[in-house]
Amino acid sequence: MILVAVALAIAAFLAVFLAAPVASVFHAAFASGSGGFTLAHFESFLQISLMRESFWNSLSVAALSAVFASLIAVPLAYFTVRFRFRGALLIQTLGVLPLIMPPFVGAVAMQLLFGRSGSVNLLLNDAFGVAIPFMDGLNGVVFVESLHYFPFILLNLVVSLRNIDGAMEESAQNLGASGWRLFRRIIFPLALPGYVAGASLVFVKVFDDLGTPLVLGTTNMLAPQAYLRITSIGIEDPIGYVISVVMVVFSVAALWASARVLKGRDFATLQRGGASLQRRELSPWQQAAASAWVGLVLLLVLSPHLGILLMSLSRVWSFSVLPEGFTLAHYATVFAQSTGMIVNTLVYCGAAALIDVALGAAIAYLILRTRLPGRQLLDLAASSALAVPGVVLAIGYLRAFRGLELPFLQTAFTASALALVMAYAVRRLPYALRSCMAVLAQLHVSLEEAAENLGASKARTVRRIVVPLMAGGILAGFVTSFITAAVELSATIVLSSSASRAPMSYGIYLYMQSIAGRGPGAALGMIAVVIVGLGTYASHWLLERRSAAVARPIA
Amino acid sequence: MHPKWLVAALALGIVSRPVLADTITVVTSFPSELTNAYKAAYEKKYPNDKVEILNKGTSAGIAYVREQPAGSRAEIFWASAPDAFEVLSSAKLLEKVEVPTQGIPDKIGSYPINDPEGLYRGQALAGYGLMWNTRYLQAHKLPAPKEWVDLVKPVYFGHLATSAPSRSGTTHLTFETILQGEGWDKGWNQILQIAGNCAAVTERSFGVPDGVQNGQYGIGLVIDFFGLAAKASGFPVEFVYPSMTSIVPANIAAVAGSKSAEGAKRFMQYTLSEEGQQLLLDPKISRLPVLPSTYAKAPAGYPNPFSGTIQAKVNFDTALSESRYYVVSSLFDQVITFRHKELQAATKAIQDAEKRLAGRASPQLDEARKLAWTPPLSAEQARDKELLAVFKAKKGDDAALRRKTQIEEEWSSKAKANYARAVELASAAK
Repeated sequence: MILVAVALAIAAFLAVFLAAPVASVFHAAFASGSGGFTLAHFESFLQISLMRESFWNSLSVAALSAVFASLIAVPLAYFTVRFRFRGALLIQTLGVLPLIMPPFVGAVAMQLLFGRSGSVNLLLNDAFGVAIPFMDGLNGVVFVESLHYFPFILLNLVVSLRNIDGAMEESAQNLGASGWRLFRRIIFPLALPGYVAGASLVFVKVFDDLGTPLVLGTTNMLAPQAYLRITSIGIEDPIGYVISVVMVVFSVAALWASARVLKGRDFATLQRGGASLQRRELSPWQQAAASAWVGLVLLLVLSPHLGILLMSLSRVWSFSVLPEGFTLAHYATVFAQSTGMIVNTLVYCGAAALIDVALGAAIAYLILRTRLPGRQLLDLAASSALAVPGVVLAIGYLRAFRGLELPFLQTAFTASALALVMAYAVRRLPYALRSCMAVLAQLHVSLEEAAENLGASKARTVRRIVVPLMAGGILAGFVTSFITAAVELSATIVLSSSASRAPMSYGIYLYMQSIAGRGPGAALGMIAVVIVGLGTYASHWLLERRSAAVARPIA
Repeated sequence: MHPKWLVAALALGIVSRPVLADTITVVTSFPSELTNAYKAAYEKKYPNDKVEILNKGTSAGIAYVREQPAGSRAEIFWASAPDAFEVLSSAKLLEKVEVPTQGIPDKIGSYPINDPEGLYRGQALAGYGLMWNTRYLQAHKLPAPKEWVDLVKPVYFGHLATSAPSRSGTTHLTFETILQGEGWDKGWNQILQIAGNCAAVTERSFGVPDGVQNGQYGIGLVIDFFGLAAKASGFPVEFVYPSMTSIVPANIAAVAGSKSAEGAKRFMQYTLSEEGQQLLLDPKISRLPVLPSTYAKAPAGYPNPFSGTIQAKVNFDTALSESRYYVVSSLFDQVITFRHKELQAATKAIQDAEKRLAGRASPQLDEARKLAWTPPLSAEQARDKELLAVFKAKKGDDAALRRKTQIEEEWSSKAKANYARAVELASAAK
């Protein structure tokens, strides 16, 4: 019975904080003035040239980012798996580095490094008299996003490549395939699932990113338009909701298409346990070429970090390759003015991550250990949060909870920190859920059976056996939820109103809105990078420890 | 207890901050340097009050105030664009507050500093001008500009930046000032030439000073404090007021239906006091106080609109500006913002032809100039009552909206055709 109650509670949470807001967005997009169904708002959306332009811009930016991210990630993944390459560890590090910095923070620094008169173009201009428009308009968004999100492709592709059975390759070679043909006909198709999963994730992430285009001053894309319409024209503006619906539909379509691409084919190679792909030796100059490529990518990937570090320390940086004059004053400003925001981030993201692991662990238990009817629906509902862009969820909150006052506080729910916490929790739930599912799937049910045979009740078993054994995974889920929430801006910027209740990500955004604020903004960004970096390190450490701990009793 | 409820309880705990007697919520579009300075100084003087800053873009701020129910609205609205206050006051969202304004003159030039009905007050003054990056100009061997009209010179092609009136109220004021100073036809001719020389029409007004400050653009059309603050922060930039500028107030007002009318009054009074006005002189803020006596404490070389260091030749006519606000914004978007590439191409072709012909007269070139730099709307048409009404129509007036879309489409396609023809003519000019 208690299981049913828990399941119902989770369902209620998801209904209130995920389904209802999204439903209210859809309702507003299709409702006519009298409450009936209408397509008139869609018609006006299509009639406004700015909207059509934004739509194509968003689509092409997302697609181009996936293409450029692939150009970076595919060779890197292939190097690591295929060759004995001394830089392999470097590539692994590469896979994590971009993710510890929110793209919108790096974007400003990229302007100084790669902009019209950025360091790179100044050097190029001096040497060759040319300039490359890396950061002009949409180029800038594509550039920043591909550098930020390529690890999704890299990490997924490496896993797929590692899982390819070496026997497949040998058979192909025996049949006479080699070189490019071998790669194109055998290896690439077998690695496709990982690639498609990564690329579709890049597409979805870029499609719903609000912070990067806003910070770069590009507003002719869908996410910024939705934000601007709802905040400046008002909550009643139907076009804002139409944009939101379009964004949800495209996110879902991208994820569905990626599932579809993979569905019709059977990629499982019959036997596992055989050798993986042959590792090849690189000739010295191949080694040099590979190192050069990896070095170049590393330099590119590190450039936002480097740029933001320089910005946070520089007194003046203008039309010069490097800043002149260094100072710690920006950090002093941030600590004097914005410690509240750092604390807010820790509290909000901590609370959201706690909700996530509690829900994630409960859903995982319901799915893997019970036969409750409809339990898969909970998984589906929780995971569907992945396809809801942050800006859409936040707009849904503004609409669904309009006028809702929190008891005793005399504040509107949507103006309170609670709205942020809930939005973070819902958006990050899929991560925590995956983490909990993974660890519970590895726990053999015999441990619980043993406990029950010894007379422990179900509840006691859960408390004394399941939860402690899941601790590593739960903690990893907590950290993942926490760090991704800490750098999220899409929902934050819509739901943050007062500066004193705002988290760091909003603070960085606010600072970046004035010239004198660039330095402190960068300093706050560095602090965010450090917090997220530490969190990432902690989660890796926990996962390593967990796999070591879990391996013992079962092996 | 299920962990979820524990978390909910915890989450509730963090939102319940102690409620003070007077929390003054300020909706503002101003940057954090300014708001932080006022918050800190005010809270120091009135330790029982708490200032909450809600940083929103001007139009987002209006929407925010409008959507709050009476009784729980913010206390203060504080922003640059005078039209924002007109919108709020016509929606009856502002409260008249009696604040003594000793020493603050009624007018700057011919422009009233305070709202004649007393609903909002000028709190600082702002002029519009040119900001440039000295290193950029040096590297590209460009002369420093002085007047708007300097910007039409071919040397500046691809080195300027501006924002669009529809995206930023301050940019609207800049171009409206040129239109009022030069007259409609000559004004648009100048604006089109300047825009043709622009490397970018940025989406936000801040994009311009930001781009000049880090050297992406050479020269930008900006509101004064952007330029002055960047210079005071040590950036290699200069700022100048062209003679054809206007000085207008940035305003502050108490919102009607706020939680604490007393707090609103206290805060407003503070910002207008000697002490509050002095905060504007902070180099990172660099705004012009409305209280003339404050300038005595200003650093050397600080511009003073009351002493004649800024010549404001244009007597800005707000009524005229307001009457054609949407027409000017939309016209700018249709012929410049959305057709910027084509306008740039036409400008380039004409400048190349001028160079090639080296001063020789050419009817083709004259025709190209006329096509590229004449607005599709004459001064007379711009005064047309019917047209103005169409652009001011409310949402829901479908007939007017359709008519408006139609007119905009006409401007847009006419501009496109004219620019293309101008390129042809200029390239063929002999």
